[in-house]
Amino acid sequence: MSKSKFKNPVVKWIDHRLPVFSFMDHELNHYPTPKNLNYFWNFGSLAGFALVTMIVTGIVLSMNYTAHVDYAFDSVERIMRDVNHGWLIRYIHMNGASFFFIVVYIHIFRGLYYGSYKAPRELLWILGVLILLLMMATAFMGYVLPWGQMSFWGATVITNLFSAIPLVGESIVTWLWGGFSVDNSTLNRFFSLHFVLPFVIVGVVILHLVALHRFGSNNPIGIDVKGTQDTIPFSPYYTIKDLFGLSVFLSFFAAAVFFFPNFMGHPDNYIEANPMVTPAHIVPEWYFLPFYAILRAIPDKLGGVLFMFGAIAVLFILPWLDRSSVRSSQFRPIYKIFFWILLLDCILLGYLGAMPAEGIYVILSRIATAYYFFHFLILFPLLPFIEKTKPLPFSISEPILGGAATASAMATREKK
Amino acid sequence: MIKYSSKLFSNGILKLFLSLIIICFSSVSYGAGEKINYPQLNWSFSGILGTFDRASQQRGLQVYKEVCSGCHGMRLLAYRNLKAIGYNEDEIKAFASENSVSTINDDGEVIERPARPSDKFVSPYPNDKAARSANGGAYPPDLSLIVKARPDGANYLHALLTGYIDAPADKKVPDGMYYNKYYSGNLIGMPQPLYDDGVVYADGTKATPDQMAKDVTAFLAWASEPEMEDRKRLGVSVMLFLLLLTTLSYFAMKQIWAPIKKQ
Repeated sequence: MSKSKFKNPVVKWIDHRLPVFSFMDHELNHYPTPKNLNYFWNFGSLAGFALVTMIVTGIVLSMNYTAHVDYAFDSVERIMRDVNHGWLIRYIHMNGASFFFIVVYIHIFRGLYYGSYKAPRELLWILGVLILLLMMATAFMGYVLPWGQMSFWGATVITNLFSAIPLVGESIVTWLWGGFSVDNSTLNRFFSLHFVLPFVIVGVVILHLVALHRFGSNNPIGIDVKGTQDTIPFSPYYTIKDLFGLSVFLSFFAAAVFFFPNFMGHPDNYIEANPMVTPAHIVPEWYFLPFYAILRAIPDKLGGVLFMFGAIAVLFILPWLDRSSVRSSQFRPIYKIFFWILLLDCILLGYLGAMPAEGIYVILSRIATAYYFFHFLILFPLLPFIEKTKPLPFSISEPILGGAATASAMATREKK
Repeated sequence: MIKYSSKLFSNGILKLFLSLIIICFSSVSYGAGEKINYPQLNWSFSGILGTFDRASQQRGLQVYKEVCSGCHGMRLLAYRNLKAIGYNEDEIKAFASENSVSTINDDGEVIERPARPSDKFVSPYPNDKAARSANGGAYPPDLSLIVKARPDGANYLHALLTGYIDAPADKKVPDGMYYNKYYSGNLIGMPQPLYDDGVVYADGTKATPDQMAKDVTAFLAWASEPEMEDRKRLGVSVMLFLLLLTTLSYFAMKQIWAPIKKQ
């Protein structure tokens, strides 16, 4: 610390004792980033923005919300009608959950397409899957809070899944509910957990970022950064690109909030929860539908639960399931095709999750579920044995390559 | 490097992603079960710039008051809210005072006093059980959120209110039930509420069942979403701001990246 890079004496004084400014300068300003990132790399920062938005609006909402079965529904309506701009805060929060999942799902499929989970980024990926899991728990409990019909019956269906656990299942469900049905104690604990889990997510996001900054971002061609000629400082190049991406994201988000605020919700949730009346079709929020389809595809209750959680579990071990050392799909002609099949499969599962569990929908759910697990458990480990990958470029800055350079690049990769 | 990213986009992968997202949403129609098609009306409040028709809302309030309120409450609405559909304070005071609410006086006795603008709409029954008992077991739902609480709510409501026809010969209609072509299962506990000249409109509009159904739907749509006009108005400004921000940040990005792209 002989010569500080900061001119402002106060900043200099603080930074000498507590180097937060050096840290920010290093991680947000100079942070070397591959120069070939495409727009799919915008979704990480968008997810961060969505998380902050959810926390800020959520805290404001909690100031006006009453977690009691007799008052919850009316307190939400009071927010919508009597609290100044309460409708805006609530619609941002409500639609924000959907947009958070859209952004995160694109972020995950980006990782799958470009092999971002491969060495040395395995822990980065695993922390990401953990964030997804925490988000799902948080979103599920948040949906219960307005205490509408779908809140109540969704909570009943999902918590009942745990009763499939042999021997202790029923006791676990009673323990989760804090009673013998979804009731006031359930609502209270869900509110408490819905408030606290986002801060756990923030903690895991910080670890996710620490792991990211260890090796830096992956990139569309998936080869390692070879030197400074391959990178550019994060600021101003990616700060401005993230700002542009944020503006586009906000345009979609605002269109939903102001003009179609209930498009992604369910009308039944504007009917107050009634334990005596079961809705004709109980459907979870759209972002859970693929998992819901897997759950219902398996004829056995315990089996369904295991497969549903298994669909997330395979993501945790993906870095070791995929035996190919080539990251980007651009150089994996066969995997590239299967990637799009997997994406379509997940969308099909989402569609099937919204349909009643009968007739052709059940058969399709089973086929789609089988493909999902085939893709992760069989295709990922075995494909590298039959797939001939395309030659990798020598470096990010020299994507056009001569034969010799390619051979040496391949050799370098093989050694790893 | 630019080669790779631009190639990616010329491949249309982004477009594909976006269209998949849209498919993903439209798949979530939850539309299982028998599908009944309601006539699709052209409501003044639909669309991104749509606003409520004040005259229609006021007529709708009259229909609610004279026809619906005998059985259906609107517990989330306060009399003061009627200011938003064009009534002044004296009118609201007079309207509220036609109802009475029970309160406790200084001697601890339960007494009745006229409702004030700050009171919520007084429900016709003291509790759910009384409501069921008075209606042959069928519960007349509260109407505060009815348009939001039904898929395609406004069209559904209008269709339901005008959907009473004679039952087909092969259909048995039990006592206390009525036949409605738009109700799920066709048998509804609510008798046909709207008949020609069921109310007398002060503005001279002819009170046909269709007209009354449209008016009361306009009123109830507002009751479900009283913030709608503010929301859309603010939305237009926000969208214009975001358009500007997107444009500016796009050109700023292009300028900042120019030297990198040239390499």
